[in-house]
Amino acid sequence: MEKVIAKNTVSLNEEGYLTDFSQWTKEIGTEIANEEGIQMTDEHWAVIDYLQDQFKKEIPLSIRKVGKSGVVSIKEFYQLFPNGPLKKASKIAGIPKPVSCI
Amino acid sequence: MKNLVILGAGTAGTMMANHLRKTLKKKEWNITIVDQEKTHYYQPGFLFLPFDLYKSKQVKKTIDKFIPKGVKLIREKIDKIIPEEDKVLLQNEKKLNYDLLIIATGTSIAPQEIEGMMGQGWQKDIFDFYTYKGAKNLRNKLREWEGGKLVVHIAELPIKCPVAPLEFAFLADSYFKNKGMRDKVDISFVTPMSGAFTKPKATEALNYLLEEKKINIVSDFNIERVDNEHKKIIDYGGQEVDYDLLVTVPTNMGNEMVERSGFGDELNFVPTDKATLQTKVKENIFALGDATNIPASKAGSVAHFEAEILTENILRFIEGKELKATFDGHANCFIETGNGKALLIDFNYTHEPVKGTFPLPGIGPLKLLKESHMNHMGKLAFRWIYWNMLIKGKHLPFVTATMTESGKDFDD
Repeated sequence: MEKVIAKNTVSLNEEGYLTDFSQWTKEIGTEIANEEGIQMTDEHWAVIDYLQDQFKKEIPLSIRKVGKSGVVSIKEFYQLFPNGPLKKASKIAGIPKPVSCI
Repeated sequence: MKNLVILGAGTAGTMMANHLRKTLKKKEWNITIVDQEKTHYYQPGFLFLPFDLYKSKQVKKTIDKFIPKGVKLIREKIDKIIPEEDKVLLQNEKKLNYDLLIIATGTSIAPQEIEGMMGQGWQKDIFDFYTYKGAKNLRNKLREWEGGKLVVHIAELPIKCPVAPLEFAFLADSYFKNKGMRDKVDISFVTPMSGAFTKPKATEALNYLLEEKKINIVSDFNIERVDNEHKKIIDYGGQEVDYDLLVTVPTNMGNEMVERSGFGDELNFVPTDKATLQTKVKENIFALGDATNIPASKAGSVAHFEAEILTENILRFIEGKELKATFDGHANCFIETGNGKALLIDFNYTHEPVKGTFPLPGIGPLKLLKESHMNHMGKLAFRWIYWNMLIKGKHLPFVTATMTESGKDFDD
C-alpha cells in the first residue's frame, strides 16, 4: 500500500515496513520513529546506519549480531528501541524485518 | 604441476572433489582434500534419529569412501590459511601450497555462545539434534521421557537447515501421538523471528499445521541465557519460557579455522560473492556450502547447486576467463510434517517458496508447498540419492542448478 510520510509517497507492506529501500529518507525514518514513540538521537542514528549498511551488503541481522557490532550493546539496543528492538529499528531504517527462508 | 586444495570433506567439499577430478587434467592439477574427521554424516538424518525413525548406522559412512581416485585425502586439523603466501597451515605444522583454494569447512553449533546453555542441564534436559552425539542422546531421552513441556528453540539466525526445528516439532507431535501420550506433552516452538513462518505464501499455506498439531508459538524471543536450576530460558527483553525438555538449535558458526585465518565475520563465515562464489579474500580462493556468508540458505541442496556452478567458474578462472555470476541462491528442501507426509519447497534469492510442481511443470511428481505422501517418499529416497549420486558429483536428472520458474504458481 502507498502512504505519505514526511511529504513523500512511500510503498509499505501490511506491517508498515518499506517495500522499496530506495524511497527512504532520514525524514521518513524520523516520522516512522515518532509513530513508534521514539525520539531519535545521534545514538539511535548510529544504529540505523549500521543496520542499513548490513542490509546493503545483504548480511542477515540478529540481536546478538548487533550487540557484537561495536556500535551498541544489546542492553543499549533494548534501551534505545524498547520492545522488539530489531523489528522496530528495521522499520525506522526502511529495511525489511529479519526473515527466514520459509 | 599445479595444486588445488579443498578444505573440508563434508557435503560440499566431497562434491567439489568429485566434480573437479573429472574435469581437471591429472597431468596438470594435483587435487588435495583436507578433513580432520573420519566420518561423513548424512546430516538430514539427524532429524529422524531422535524419533527412532532412522538407525545410527544409516546416517554415517567413512569420508574415504566418497573421495575419488586421484584426489589425495589428508586427515589432519587445519590451523589456518595464509592467503598472502597461498599456503594452508595444518595442525601438524605441515604446509600445503596451493594455486587454487576452495573453502568448504561448513558450520557447527556453538552452544557455549549462550550463557547457561552448557550448564548442569546440558545433555540431561537440554539437547541439540544438530550433532550425531546430540541426536543419539536425545533419542535415548525421548525413549524414556514421560511427558511435560517440550520446548523446541532457535537461538539466532542464520542456522543451517532453517526448517529442521519446525520439522522436529511436527515429528514430535506424531511421535507422542503414536506412543499414546500426546496429551501428556505440551509442545512450544520458540523463535527470534516474528512467527514460525516468515514468508507470506508459506504462512498462508502452512499455518494450519501449527493449529492441527497444537504447537504453541513464542515469537520475537531473543535468548539471553538458560536458567538450568529453574528450567527456563530468558530473553533480553525479560520474557521467560519454562521447559521440562529443551531441544535447542544453538548459535551456528563457521569453522574456527576461519577465525584463525583472520578474514571471517563475527560468526566465522567467509565473505564470498553471492553469484560467482569467489571469496572476497583473494581471487584464487573460492568458497561454497555452509562456510560462506552469502544470503542463501545453509542447506545441502544449496551446496549441490553451488557445486555445479562453481565447477564451471573454477574452469573459467583457470583459463583466465571472466567468472559467470550465475548462482541465484537456489534451494530445494523437503519438510517433514509427520504421519508419513512431507512438503517440498523450491526457492532462490528473489523468489519465496510458492505452490507448484517439481521438477517437471505440471507433471511433478512432487508437489510444492503442499503436504503429500509422495513428498515423504521423496525425502526417504533422498538418502539413497545423497550417498550414491549427490556427493559423487552426479547431476540429478531434470533438476537445474538455478531455480526454474515454470511449474510454479506465482500469482495465486
